[in-house]
Amino acid sequence: MKLVTAIVKPFKLDDVKNALELIGVAGLTVSEVQGFGRQRGHTEVYRGAEYQVDFVPKVRIEVVVSELDAARVVDAVVEAASTGQIGDGKVWVTTIDEIVRVRTGERGDDAL
Amino acid sequence: MVNTGDTAWILTSAALVLLMTPGLALFYGGMVRAKSVLNMMMMSFGALALISILWVLYGYSMAFGDDVGAGLLGDPGQYFGLKGLMEDVTSEDGGYPIMAFVGFQAVFAIITVALISGAIADRAKFGSWMVFSAVWATIVYFPVAHWVFDFSADEHVGGWIANNLAALDFAGGTAVHINAGAAGLALALVLGKRRGFGRDAMRPHNLPLVMIGAGLLWFGWFGFNAGSALAANNTAAVAWVNTLVATAAATLGWLLVEKVRDGHSTSLGAASGVVAGLVAITPACAAVSPIGAMIIGVIAGALCALAVGLKYKLGYDDSLDVVGVHLVGGLWGTIAIGFFASADSPSAVDGLFYGGGVDQLWRQVVGALAVLAFSFVLTWIIGTVIQKTIGFRISEEDEITGIDNVVHAESGYDFASLGSSGSTAPLSGQARAEARNTERTLA
Repeated sequence: MKLVTAIVKPFKLDDVKNALELIGVAGLTVSEVQGFGRQRGHTEVYRGAEYQVDFVPKVRIEVVVSELDAARVVDAVVEAASTGQIGDGKVWVTTIDEIVRVRTGERGDDAL
Repeated sequence: MVNTGDTAWILTSAALVLLMTPGLALFYGGMVRAKSVLNMMMMSFGALALISILWVLYGYSMAFGDDVGAGLLGDPGQYFGLKGLMEDVTSEDGGYPIMAFVGFQAVFAIITVALISGAIADRAKFGSWMVFSAVWATIVYFPVAHWVFDFSADEHVGGWIANNLAALDFAGGTAVHINAGAAGLALALVLGKRRGFGRDAMRPHNLPLVMIGAGLLWFGWFGFNAGSALAANNTAAVAWVNTLVATAAATLGWLLVEKVRDGHSTSLGAASGVVAGLVAITPACAAVSPIGAMIIGVIAGALCALAVGLKYKLGYDDSLDVVGVHLVGGLWGTIAIGFFASADSPSAVDGLFYGGGVDQLWRQVVGALAVLAFSFVLTWIIGTVIQKTIGFRISEEDEITGIDNVVHAESGYDFASLGSSGSTAPLSGQARAEARNTERTLA
């Protein structure tokens, strides 16, 4: 099993969610996060005083999928989240040792 | 016979002006960081409570009692506790009860003190602020209110700026704004900069609060300016319209400067422009035409938008720009009367641009500078004495932790929707002491 984690621009969340639903992903977790990459932060001006804000808001999407689906899921996220502009985010895949459905106690791929 | 229309308007205006202080609390509160929003608001509410009491006890008497010499001070004993002011002394041909005037002027004293607090955000002990407020109101505001607002009549002798100098200050450009602005500058210098001033981002934590505050201030300011006519008449109506257009023009002026200089017109700029315009038109609202008010306003907005940058260049931490908005705006509005006063207005004086020469202009300049110097010097002395005795600033650790938590034992916001952030079970005195000790040991 694989955990696909994607950091994307907040306004792309709906597109990514729809794309994942289309390829049959059954569930995902979303959190609002902050950080910076090559895009760095942005500046804000209050009464003429400029402030450098280091962290920009992003959305983190996490999906646990079977090993076979991982590549398709990554492609779907990348396609849906891409604008071609700096700051589009990252997607990475990690291996999961175990997964349990809390309600039934099912384990492994059955729990997905 | 009481003139019911006038009396109703004065009482209504007084309530409008009272609302300006909670409005100011919102305006200032939104501009500080989340960890000091409550302290910021408390400085306004503290002034509201304390100055009301002082005003009734001896403040009114010091401002509006018979002059004790040279137009500098009213007799504090004459109306102590407002004695003798409850009977109806209105004359045959109308007028308003003196108590209506007492109430109207009380709320001016309150907001003037509250305005100063913007200069010392995040770092002043609350108790010391209250001591400062009481002393400052007593030896700075009450005398200055006498100078500016107490007109001689019949047997009564009033203050020197209103009567001897005859500077025009309809609603308090000198007594309120220059006074509070100069005090803010002195106090910012006495307390010193916040930790991290000029280095850390000290962004306003809640701009919608600032916008609500600016709205309430503008609303209340119609009572401040139009109410200062002390009658429901033409003068009040002229002041009302001038208050509208000057403020609108100042908002646009501020936004324009921002757009050109920074590339963005900001909501904080709009809220600040509103206040800058209101400040500038306050002394002038019955002395200029609506077009004159517009010009005063747009210049006030642009001037104050530039003036708020001074603190970074000169290195004083006037945290919420009491100097840049109230001192600069107050000076501009007061002196602008010398240029833009029109004999067609209720004040019936011509300024320099209307063929009146420099006669009114020099009176305005002298009045403005006198209040500025008096307030700055006395505030500096009061602040320094408090700093050296009971202390004015909180410790570095407390300042970094956040003054709300340390001084008031509260947090402005609790957004946590999960879990429990503590127990509500009431602690006995002993348990509370034990908890405190544990906290100390852990620290």
